[in-house]
Amino acid sequence: MTKNAFAVIGRPLPKVDAWAKVVGETKYADDLFLPRMAYAKLLRSAHAHARIRSIDTSRARALPGVLAVVTAADLPRVKFGILPVSQDEEALCAEKVRMVGDPVAAVAAVDEETAEQACRLIEVDYEPLVALMSIFDSLAHPETRIHEYGDGPNVHKNVALQFGDVDAAFDAAHLVREDVFFFEGSNHLPMEQHAAVAHWASDGKLTLWSSTQTPHYVHRVLAKVLETPAAHIRVIATPVGGGFGGKTDPFSHEIVACQLSRLTGRPVKITLTREEVFYTHRGRHPVLMWIKTGFTKQGDITGCHLRTWLDGGAYGSYGVASTFYTGVINPVTYKIPVYKFEGARIFTNKPPCGPKRGHGTVQPRFALECQLDKAAEQLGLDPADMRRRIVAEPFTKTANHLTVTTIGLGECIDKAVEASGWRDKRARLRVSAGPAARRSPKKRGLGLACSAYLTGAGTAIYWNDMPHSGVLARADRGGGVTVLCGATDIGQGSDSILAYLTAEVLGIEPKDVHMHPADTSLAPVDLGSYSSRVTLMCGMAAIQAAERLRDAIFAAVARKLEVSPASLVARERKVGVPDDWDKAVSFARAVELGEALHGVLAFPGSYAPPKRAGKYKGGGVGPSPCYSYSACVVELTVDEDTGAVELEHVWIAHDIGRALNPLLVEGQVEGSVYMGIGEALMEEQVFRKTLHKLPSMLDYKSPTTLETPDIHTILVETDDPEGPFGAKEAGQGPLLPVIPAIANAIHHALGIRIDEVPITPDKILKALDLKRAGKPARVGPERLPLLTFKVPLVVESAFGEPADAVVSRPFSS
Amino acid sequence: MIRLPAFTYLAPSTIDAAARLVAEHGREAMLVAGGTDLYPNMKRRQFEPKVLVGLRGIRELRGIRGSAAGGVTIGAATTLSAVAAHRDIVRDFPALATAAGLVSSPQLRNMGTIGGNVCVDTRCNYYNQSYEWRKAIGFCMKKDGDICLVAPGSSRCWAVSSSDTAPVLWALGAKLRLVSAEGERTIPMAALYQDDGIEYLAKRPDEIVADVQLPAAVEGWRSAYLKLRRRGSFDFPVLGVAVAARMEGDVVRDARIVLGAVASQPRPSEKAAAALVGQRVTPDLIAHVADLAAGPAKPLDNTDFSHPYRKKVTRVFVARAVAAVCGLGDSGATSEEVA
Repeated sequence: MTKNAFAVIGRPLPKVDAWAKVVGETKYADDLFLPRMAYAKLLRSAHAHARIRSIDTSRARALPGVLAVVTAADLPRVKFGILPVSQDEEALCAEKVRMVGDPVAAVAAVDEETAEQACRLIEVDYEPLVALMSIFDSLAHPETRIHEYGDGPNVHKNVALQFGDVDAAFDAAHLVREDVFFFEGSNHLPMEQHAAVAHWASDGKLTLWSSTQTPHYVHRVLAKVLETPAAHIRVIATPVGGGFGGKTDPFSHEIVACQLSRLTGRPVKITLTREEVFYTHRGRHPVLMWIKTGFTKQGDITGCHLRTWLDGGAYGSYGVASTFYTGVINPVTYKIPVYKFEGARIFTNKPPCGPKRGHGTVQPRFALECQLDKAAEQLGLDPADMRRRIVAEPFTKTANHLTVTTIGLGECIDKAVEASGWRDKRARLRVSAGPAARRSPKKRGLGLACSAYLTGAGTAIYWNDMPHSGVLARADRGGGVTVLCGATDIGQGSDSILAYLTAEVLGIEPKDVHMHPADTSLAPVDLGSYSSRVTLMCGMAAIQAAERLRDAIFAAVARKLEVSPASLVARERKVGVPDDWDKAVSFARAVELGEALHGVLAFPGSYAPPKRAGKYKGGGVGPSPCYSYSACVVELTVDEDTGAVELEHVWIAHDIGRALNPLLVEGQVEGSVYMGIGEALMEEQVFRKTLHKLPSMLDYKSPTTLETPDIHTILVETDDPEGPFGAKEAGQGPLLPVIPAIANAIHHALGIRIDEVPITPDKILKALDLKRAGKPARVGPERLPLLTFKVPLVVESAFGEPADAVVSRPFSS
Repeated sequence: MIRLPAFTYLAPSTIDAAARLVAEHGREAMLVAGGTDLYPNMKRRQFEPKVLVGLRGIRELRGIRGSAAGGVTIGAATTLSAVAAHRDIVRDFPALATAAGLVSSPQLRNMGTIGGNVCVDTRCNYYNQSYEWRKAIGFCMKKDGDICLVAPGSSRCWAVSSSDTAPVLWALGAKLRLVSAEGERTIPMAALYQDDGIEYLAKRPDEIVADVQLPAAVEGWRSAYLKLRRRGSFDFPVLGVAVAARMEGDVVRDARIVLGAVASQPRPSEKAAAALVGQRVTPDLIAHVADLAAGPAKPLDNTDFSHPYRKKVTRVFVARAVAAVCGLGDSGATSEEVA
């Protein structure tokens, strides 16, 4: 099908739920009110690390209006966690708290005020333990263990992988650079705080409404921790007011609300405060990085060796995956023939880190792209030309055995360079540092960086051979089509995409499609809204379901019109033969014919990604059906007296495969750029003593519209054979290049290197002071942890091998 | 969400009635106008008044009266939006229009009042936290505790004056009319404050700020306000520099420099201002004045940005504000700095 043949795909339509959100009709979890509903609050630990000696809830129970009080003693003693290998969380801590904010008790009461007051009446006797607040602390105190499991005292995960001989690669290089970088942690800062309503009804069945990105995983965990058959639990993901990875784990407050409902016989609502969202966290890992790369004179990479140390916080969460992600995705952008990666995740007494937009890949991308900028400068190469030269080959494998399909990165670089006036400005800004420019404290700079991201994780969180995504399409006699899918719309527009794809296949309008997503009782499983998987995986399943429905309808219409089914098309809400369109029947009539012939018209679609995991331990993290690519140019000014950075323009070209709706893609790209700006310049989840330093939206600094520059989005279409109508992801990848592009632009403006984010004004002034003193004008981490990495698993590099068969996936026929 | 504690809201319609209610309820009562600062603080239990005396319904407290020649009077319950947009203020006291227009966000300026901003609570990032957070770190002397967490050896509280309009009004020579059940008095801005993070207001608790009186506009006075904060909206100042000067040609005849957010009250820099008077303004003089003004500023580690950075930038901001007022700046006289 050529692009012009599409009826819905490619049109800049508003999201199907746009009006509801704008006028306030959308019912988020906190908007749900059920008869006799009670309100719950969690009592959280004020200690970062302590043993619980005893908990006295008697005063809280005695408070009028209190309906139930629970502690760990009132719940089955079952630990949980999102990854099977890290089952280390408790809904309420039984013996030990591991961070300020760890939940220890919960109250259900007639209103929120009473519940809060009752929490203050609960007395917990703690025996404080040494609090380990940094990677260095945790490694220096192996005698104090936050968890008993892992790859060593306070080491959650230790991995080492080697693909080819890096030492030989460095020997063969003209230039070898070693650089050290730090990326500070940050929160997702969704507008909507997490909320849930649980109702354990009198029939013994439990329903949980929750602002979650992963209702299927929550369903599984509830069955486990509540020791209740999954068959009697229904999880409904309400519309999510921003997720970004922060609502991808099963959470204490969800489990506790269910248990309180079981005990009180009432529906129970719990809504976290903003401060509690900072404790619930699962945000960006703080990561220290050491990266060594060899370059030829021309700028080709001979080999790369990356070490990462992740500050994991108090629990496992997705941390094992996060650790791998800091190492495995960098090779899909450039030709890196030889690659070695060592990474470790360390437990600390802070809120647990997890997946935030760009999960684990954002930090090493910052390191690599800043290092490339330094190397280009040393080699006398233009940073754009150098990258252009080393872009990876499409339809090949990387050193670490990832299969890449289409790569639009070269075109992205070309387009971003052209749109931004890169060549002219880079040359002019350097030359024009004449008297006038010197007098003004505001110096202008232009920086560039690139990136890649997966379009859906190639493996599920728990091992299984079932589909990753399922869709049921049911036609009704009125001509509507109901789409049931386990996916959660977290604002990224998945409901809209599924409606567009269904409408496209069936020749109807998106408005004719009724979306019923994210309900474990109604919809087939989708694994969840994470890893940029939904458009591709649910999309492929939706296309399959819609095509099956269309085939059934065509069979019936063909019989009625006495033509061959192959001669029929569906468009403009009609089904007929293009050359004899007057006889075409309405879609509603076609459904009636179909139902008369076949019975109920309801068809499933299933999708699982191609099985391409590398044949080595750890090869399961990184594979994806296809990868998106982005190139970004930032233009900014820096005030050399105050260190203030002002962004003026961001040009970002993104390889989207195909824009199913360019308006939504641009929205995702702009949102990513905005979030990247925050991480580059201000956001930091930092601690004072043992407490989160600034757990409020006023004091935790995140940009406003005033800090957001003009964003110029350029979409590059590569029509990937793996994606629905050729589409790739847009929700995460475009965040990645923004941060190093800003760092590189600041270097261009002032000749200083800030090798850590956030790049705050005081760091800029410090670097300028160093520069004036004739010292290396760099601010960044000065030391690395002393931690022995594992002996690496040595695997041959698969670099340059042809891609495995494209489009060979399960359930595709 | 965080909930407000229970309280009684009283809504008098005259200032005399309000003054009587405040006197009647004593320490259990607080005044509220826009509520943009007080209500969030009450949610965090920084204040737990039993009674709130609302000033919103008092007509005589609202509006801007007078003229440039005779002096402009701003009712204390006039919104910051109204102050920022008022034609005479924009023309004659541009620094005040700038400062009022830089408070928080448009929505909060539509609710927040000039009287509220002048009396706004001092801030400290050990103190502007939830009850649970403050309890976990150990309560400080400003609320529920007895030590200062920023300067643990200190016998006083170091919370930071965080008003944008106060340093400007001070530099402009504004006065305040205070009304209580016992009568009324008019005081200079300087007399409203004292350098203590808890008792930062020198007025009696039963006195209501009724209006802000600006002096008659005099030929030759110019003013500027520069604000340091992380973002272009929402944020409280972590440094404010208000400069007002009367120029005769290129010679400075009168000058006032007042810094905000460097102490528990606005801090005048008399020495720096004096160094300007009688002088032709040169870059060297500005550098000298900036050193004099920034020298005594001793920011502590209790706001956004590192305190050494705030100290460093104080000098830059004073230099820029003086340059702007005295005609050496290349930007407008009332620009904003966002670092």
